[in-house]
Amino acid sequence: MKYLDEYRDGERAQQLAREIHRLTTRPWNIMEVCGGQTHAIVKFGIDELLPKSITLIHGPGCPVCVTPLEMIDKALEIAARPNVIFASFGDMLRVPGSTTDLLSVKARGGDVRIVYSPLDAVKLAEQNPAKEVVFFGVGFETTAPATAMAVYQAAQKGLKNFSMLISHVLVPPAIEALMSSPNCKVQGFLAAGHVCTVMGYWEYPPLAAKYHVPIVVTGFEPLDILQGVLMVVQQLESGRAEVENQYARAVRREGNQPAQELIHKIFKVVPRKWRGVGEIPQSGLGLNNAYAAFDAEKKFGLTDHHVAESAECLSGLVLQGQIKPHECPAFGTRCTPEHPLGATMVSSEGACAAYYRYRRHN
Amino acid sequence: MGKINFGGILKEACLAYVPEAKVGDYVIVHVGFALSRVDEDEAHKVFEYLKEMEELAELGDGKADP
Repeated sequence: MKYLDEYRDGERAQQLAREIHRLTTRPWNIMEVCGGQTHAIVKFGIDELLPKSITLIHGPGCPVCVTPLEMIDKALEIAARPNVIFASFGDMLRVPGSTTDLLSVKARGGDVRIVYSPLDAVKLAEQNPAKEVVFFGVGFETTAPATAMAVYQAAQKGLKNFSMLISHVLVPPAIEALMSSPNCKVQGFLAAGHVCTVMGYWEYPPLAAKYHVPIVVTGFEPLDILQGVLMVVQQLESGRAEVENQYARAVRREGNQPAQELIHKIFKVVPRKWRGVGEIPQSGLGLNNAYAAFDAEKKFGLTDHHVAESAECLSGLVLQGQIKPHECPAFGTRCTPEHPLGATMVSSEGACAAYYRYRRHN
Repeated sequence: MGKINFGGILKEACLAYVPEAKVGDYVIVHVGFALSRVDEDEAHKVFEYLKEMEELAELGDGKADP
């Protein structure tokens, strides 16, 4: 397909890799933020093309992985109720909660439906007026325009049986939290390309300046990632710390204005707990007061309960880039995609899932 | 709503966020929403850069910048 295949060209990948080798004189640690980038790196073996002195650290850009356990448990509670249709992106179905998961709730008779778009959930509410339809609104800024539109349309249609369990997370506060952590080894970032199609990259220059880190907005194909790494290395080798845009074919500095406008209309910034990381201030989105009627937590009167993470699961360390998936003792043995201990082994953007699928024998 | 061709598979997507998109354009789609129009000129720049690099290499200019 156009704009896809040519970015997977092997010869050009080798050419970019050679240039990176030529320029690199010192060890560098570079973090790719997005889980989709992690998958491409592991699948195409991009890290193996780079000089050994460059370490790619996998970031927490997997929204399924960082959805707080409290939120998963609330989803399970709502989904188990009679008269509820619980609609969710497919990825969330096998994420382990404290005691069970959505797929098991479905197996026991809960009406859990997989949807592709949040608008499908709005349709379900229209088609099932006697039921309460709840949508699990998980995702980074890339998904927020979609959930915002769903809430907006539900309000326009005057739907009384539709609500959302919102668990959106924001990227820049996560980068700030990572950089201000004492054992942070990250010296440069490949910023999440699709998040930036929505938000632009005007938020990054203060971060680049404060922590003296190059930040390069990067795409998802092998040539994109290699060029992103090249641009970061060029900056690191010359002591620069600026924001650049490798993914210029899809990302503009100001981002998508109509999307940002609707996000600000429907949502407000709230504190958010990140599973495996802890609470990061001002790092989430919640519904604005004007749309409180669509807030499932309020509607169903849910509060935070005691949660229980698997004692063995090290996904928090993986998400912070402290360990690689295969360094976890449970990897591939007690923890597999069929029987995951944590979300990183289940999500299509999870680092553990990527290593299991493409690199089990390392 | 518009029809998007994903390499042979046709799906509907909401075009509210890319009002400038025309039939024949390529767009980035996420969970049923087009988020950005792919810019053809920018798309070619990666390959122009690689071509320049190749030409420089052929000239034997392989030294790093001072």
